[in-house]
Amino acid sequence: MYRYDEFDATFVRQRVAQFSDQVERRLRGEITEDEFRPLRLMNGVYLQLHAYMLRIAIPYGTLSSTQMRRLAHIARTYDKGFGHFTTRQNLQFNWPALKDVPAILAELAEVEMHAIQTSGNCIRNVTADHFAGAAFDEADDPRPYAEILRQWSSLHPEFSFLPRKFKIAVTGAAHDRAAIRLHDIGLEVKRGDDGGIGFAVHVGGGQGRTPMIAREINPFVPEADILAYVDAILRVYNLFGRRDNKFKARIKILVHETGIDELRRLVEEEFAQIRGGVLGLPAEEAERIRAYFAPPAFTARPAASARLDAARAGNPALDRFSRQNLHRHRTPGYTSLTVSLKPIGGIPGDASADQMDAVAAIAERWAFSEIRVSHEQNLILPHLALDDVPEVFAALAEAGLATANAGAITDIIACPGLDYCALANARSIPLASALSERFGAPDRQDEIGPLSIKISGCINACGHHHVGHIGILGVDRKGEEFYQISLGGNPDESASIGDIIGPGFFADGVIDAVETVVDTYLKLRTSPGETFLAAYRRLGEAPFKEALYGA
Amino acid sequence: MLEILTANRLSDGDVVYRTAAGDWVDTIDDAELIDDTDQLTVAVAAAQADVKASRVLDVAPIAVETAEGHIVPKRLRERIRAFGPTVKSDHRPGAV
Ligand code: HEM
Ligand code: SF4
Repeated sequence: MYRYDEFDATFVRQRVAQFSDQVERRLRGEITEDEFRPLRLMNGVYLQLHAYMLRIAIPYGTLSSTQMRRLAHIARTYDKGFGHFTTRQNLQFNWPALKDVPAILAELAEVEMHAIQTSGNCIRNVTADHFAGAAFDEADDPRPYAEILRQWSSLHPEFSFLPRKFKIAVTGAAHDRAAIRLHDIGLEVKRGDDGGIGFAVHVGGGQGRTPMIAREINPFVPEADILAYVDAILRVYNLFGRRDNKFKARIKILVHETGIDELRRLVEEEFAQIRGGVLGLPAEEAERIRAYFAPPAFTARPAASARLDAARAGNPALDRFSRQNLHRHRTPGYTSLTVSLKPIGGIPGDASADQMDAVAAIAERWAFSEIRVSHEQNLILPHLALDDVPEVFAALAEAGLATANAGAITDIIACPGLDYCALANARSIPLASALSERFGAPDRQDEIGPLSIKISGCINACGHHHVGHIGILGVDRKGEEFYQISLGGNPDESASIGDIIGPGFFADGVIDAVETVVDTYLKLRTSPGETFLAAYRRLGEAPFKEALYGA
Repeated sequence: MLEILTANRLSDGDVVYRTAAGDWVDTIDDAELIDDTDQLTVAVAAAQADVKASRVLDVAPIAVETAEGHIVPKRLRERIRAFGPTVKSDHRPGAV
């Protein structure tokens, strides 16, 4: 796993000292809120409805057991005993006091964590496939490149005041689990004809009020050129991106207004000038960073686990869990396990301090101390021997973390919504809880199969509603919560933005409306093998519209 | 229209309400009820002085009703600020 080098450590320590001083001056009244706000945002501190909120970066979603324990400790000591894992592979604490934030940041720095670049118009935390370095279908581990991008973009003077925030995601597999087509830049690691590493580069994706799918700007940029190429995109964006209107400032608008061909020309021009310069990525440097992400010491094992199979045969709960929450690993005899943070009726993404400690301990004992945060707001143990799954399942069950629903209809993404967020129009969490209860029966979930529901409490789309198979957006209708439903969104390599299906629903009608949509799908699918998304793509809106609103 | 003044306390961000004595307290029922424009102007000016003095931020008047001796904000957003998240269960100590 990547370790801070001296530069990182020094700069994070300096930043903590600097911000501690700024907080003290603010508390003494020596600086005003207008002066302080940009400083606190640069350090991940927002003011929400009930309290401050601290957003902590988890670069490419990778955490060690030590770091997870520290998050648990912070939750217990400075917050209300829990934290919220987000779709940005960040962790948010909902209740910290401003006066405690310097101490929290100092505690984080000790375990090589921080809250820098989690806000503001800079390059945000680089996200990656949560199965990175483990998945069977990967060209290569995307995290070294996410790390290289992180180093390049950290406190980059030229890119600290972009027209708007900038989000980069990287996947190592053609099957996109990192929603790269919904980011300002999305990179897919590929192998060239000679086996060398390169990247398909997508640009201009985004959600928010104007959702757009990224366009491919270059099908293959060789490894050595990738920083220069990304830099060229940022330079063009910095120059031509709109600063006159906050709602038109994301690069997706530039792509849309300029056209991908013209943008490609501008980027290539810029790239031609800087290519091979200081931003070259020498093979040795890539190798040096890759070494930090070396796979753990796997032992030779048979591909199938007789031990697990026997345990499954005698334990239906374990069997169901194994069917639902395990993902195929590239090393025989190993698996990646999803620790669902979606208990039936619970709050998507929340974990208590005790649960964080439990996951840290489980990872330490059975999974090489490695944990991931997924953009689906779950945790992942990326490297686990199939033989150990029965013990891990039992330990997770003890901590209330053995919900068998990864990818199922109750694996709902929801933003904090009006229960926490100052920008919200409507609540998201209670809706997620109610939907989870409505569909929570195991048989019902199995019958429905893979189906994602994603909920945002306002048009900013933090809950990814545009790319939910069923998306729900909260709006304000004359002071009442009102919900729009969209269908057919999808975040992977066949990305699509959902279609708003018709007039919205008040809170008391939206759960039934979703069930109507689901029942319509069940009735019309050609076979249980036809997923909701496939059926919707085949059928179009019409039958769903009719079921919801009549002919 | 019946109104009270709310803000967030600078040091911990907590939701607070302004009393008739000019203090900022956690309990909404202790807020000063204002139904007179001039009175509101005076209270807001005093509250803004507390913003300047770095005691509170984001001062705002909010519409309320009284019911059975308690003060209840009209907008859902403000009810959530006053009474906490409506989520059914979470990990906060004492939450149901
Ligand atoms: C609670 C405080 C939060 C605030 C104030 C906030 C604010 C915003 C705003 C203003 C945007 C729109 C950006 C734009 O359209 O240019 C946005 C987008 C987004 N936020 Fe949040 N957010 C919050 C929490 C979260 C949480 C908890 C998550 C993860 C669950 C999240 C993930 C995202 C994502 C994925 C987007 C869409 C990215 C895009 O615009 O393409 N945010 N947020
Ligand atoms: S989508 Fe809106 S309500 Fe939800 S967290 Fe983002 S800004 Fe807040």
